[in-house]
Amino acid sequence: MHMAVLAPEVRSPASRWLIRHETLLAAILVFALAILGLFNERFLTIDNLLNQGSLMTEVGLLALPMTFIIITGGIDLSVGSIVGLCAIMLGYSWKNLGFPLPLAIAFAIGVGGVAGFVNGLLITRVRVPPLIMTVATLALYRGLAEGISQARSVRNYPEWFFFTGQGEWLGVPVQLWILLVGIIVAGVALDHTTFGRTLYAIGNNEIAARFSGLPVDRVKLVVYTLSGLAAGLSAWVLVSRVTTTRSDMGSGYELDVIAAVVLGGTRIFGGVGTIWGTVVGLVMIQLLKNGLALTGVKGDATIIVIGTVLIASTLIASSLHGRREVAD
Amino acid sequence: VSTMVVSRLRPGEGGALRLFASQEALLAFAIIGIAILVGLYNPRFLATRNLADIVLGNAYIAVAAIGMSMVIVSGNIDISVGSLIGVLATISGSLAVAGVPIILVWLTPLVVGILVMMLQGVVIAYLRIPAIVVTLGMLSILKGGLISVTGGRWITDLPQSFHLADIELFGILPMPVLIIVAATILAALWMRYSASGRAIYATGGNAEAARLCGVSPRRTVAMVFALHGLFAGIAALLFATQLKVIQSTVPPNLELTVITAAVVGGVSILGGVGTVVGSTLAAVLIAEIASALIFINVSPYWIHAVQGALILVTVVADILRRRRRQVGG
Repeated sequence: MHMAVLAPEVRSPASRWLIRHETLLAAILVFALAILGLFNERFLTIDNLLNQGSLMTEVGLLALPMTFIIITGGIDLSVGSIVGLCAIMLGYSWKNLGFPLPLAIAFAIGVGGVAGFVNGLLITRVRVPPLIMTVATLALYRGLAEGISQARSVRNYPEWFFFTGQGEWLGVPVQLWILLVGIIVAGVALDHTTFGRTLYAIGNNEIAARFSGLPVDRVKLVVYTLSGLAAGLSAWVLVSRVTTTRSDMGSGYELDVIAAVVLGGTRIFGGVGTIWGTVVGLVMIQLLKNGLALTGVKGDATIIVIGTVLIASTLIASSLHGRREVAD
Repeated sequence: VSTMVVSRLRPGEGGALRLFASQEALLAFAIIGIAILVGLYNPRFLATRNLADIVLGNAYIAVAAIGMSMVIVSGNIDISVGSLIGVLATISGSLAVAGVPIILVWLTPLVVGILVMMLQGVVIAYLRIPAIVVTLGMLSILKGGLISVTGGRWITDLPQSFHLADIELFGILPMPVLIIVAATILAALWMRYSASGRAIYATGGNAEAARLCGVSPRRTVAMVFALHGLFAGIAALLFATQLKVIQSTVPPNLELTVITAAVVGGVSILGGVGTVVGSTLAAVLIAEIASALIFINVSPYWIHAVQGALILVTVVADILRRRRRQVGG
């Protein structure tokens, strides 16, 4: 019942700003689409757009729980490493431990869940700051992936395994359906459940949320575990798409994920953010990569642009939103 | 006035002193203990050549960890330092090959390092953007920029005079050792006894209290990042001049190794406490462990897992220790 009282208060100033931010972003998106389409005829084809959509999935799946985490005022830098660890566990358990492949997939996703749970457990129980916790596990989980795999890759998956990453259903890439379901579930959870509203309450004022009797620690534990599970799912899609398993998979994903979430209007200090915004942010980042690639810019140079976008969008967001906080 | 007030914040008395002394003593004990154990298993580990390689080959990590310690003590973090070191090493090597006077070759990375880091410090402190966002963005800008500009080409044919790390003072004292020792001692004394050094602890411990004491947390953070850039420049020089080629790419996961050294060295991730003596010892310890893995026939691919575990254990121990002290009074 207290949620009903809390929600409008939390929401009204924030959502007014978000409407502005998201409209602005959507306008830029349409403009960018038009420009890219104008300059390159290969861009605005259904094939290219669906292909770009499928490439977006691996980062997109991570961006959904990351939105939750950043709304609570936390961060998860270890997502890319969890993707690498899950990919290795998938290949290793199948090839070396002799698991049947479906079990290996479930096992890999489970490992992701455990990795996220460990993050959440130490963050909530020992009160390790999320930034430091996930920097440590960024090293630890990547290190486990390297140690377990001994830098050997796993190949020769059976044909059916490639359906998730390369197949189509109703003319749309399979992983886009997975992402779509993820987006709807995350969007509904954030807007229409007590769980979702609790995330905002934690991000706005964690102490107040605790005193209001909200299950702050449990909710945080859930979001970090979700992040790990999403990384497991992402690893499955990734391995299926590229047909091989390597220990450096997913490295650097944290940049794309955090950039998409922040670009989508989620406030880096917590308390504000939407799944819809994150989706627009994701599409923008993917368009940026694709547009740059089509104009002949190499992959290495696109991370310069994404890094700049990350800093610039945070700067703009804080100058639009946080005059109060920016002023001393 | 501020000097007097701030110097009272010195954590050097009573329980705190014992705490930090123990962290550094623990590290020294661990370094010697591992050396003895691994030496018993495989005496070749204790060969002078190997021990020298451990210290000389990783001197740049110890130097970068000094700056990182200051950044973390001030309550911030920097994950761009690995990329910056890669960029600065490449700049320095390119200048050397181009025939620029050696003094400029050595000074340019220091100046560029200071400028890049100070820019980040100013954005973090004055525009109030979280350090993780700024440094994550800068990491990718530097990394992407370096690869796009150089195409990952190796820099070879470096002039003999370039190799600062090969210089041996009086024929016995290698330059990297001199630099580690001098930088550690100077930084430790400065952080402990100067007003601006104390301001770092005050800012990291409680920025609002520091402000009320007349310390400017913003200026302190900008200054800390500038200094961190200076140490990154020195680290880049040691890194670049110890090999005959420069790979002109970013050393993978270098920032994590530097952060590990700072944290394991006893810098509290909650800000406000820690010493650079600890971080230097920790850098040596990490390098020793990496080398020891090979000598006890463990795959070196486990080193990042060991590093991650070391950070976790230290951080959890630090938090639990603080909590116990708080509860205890």
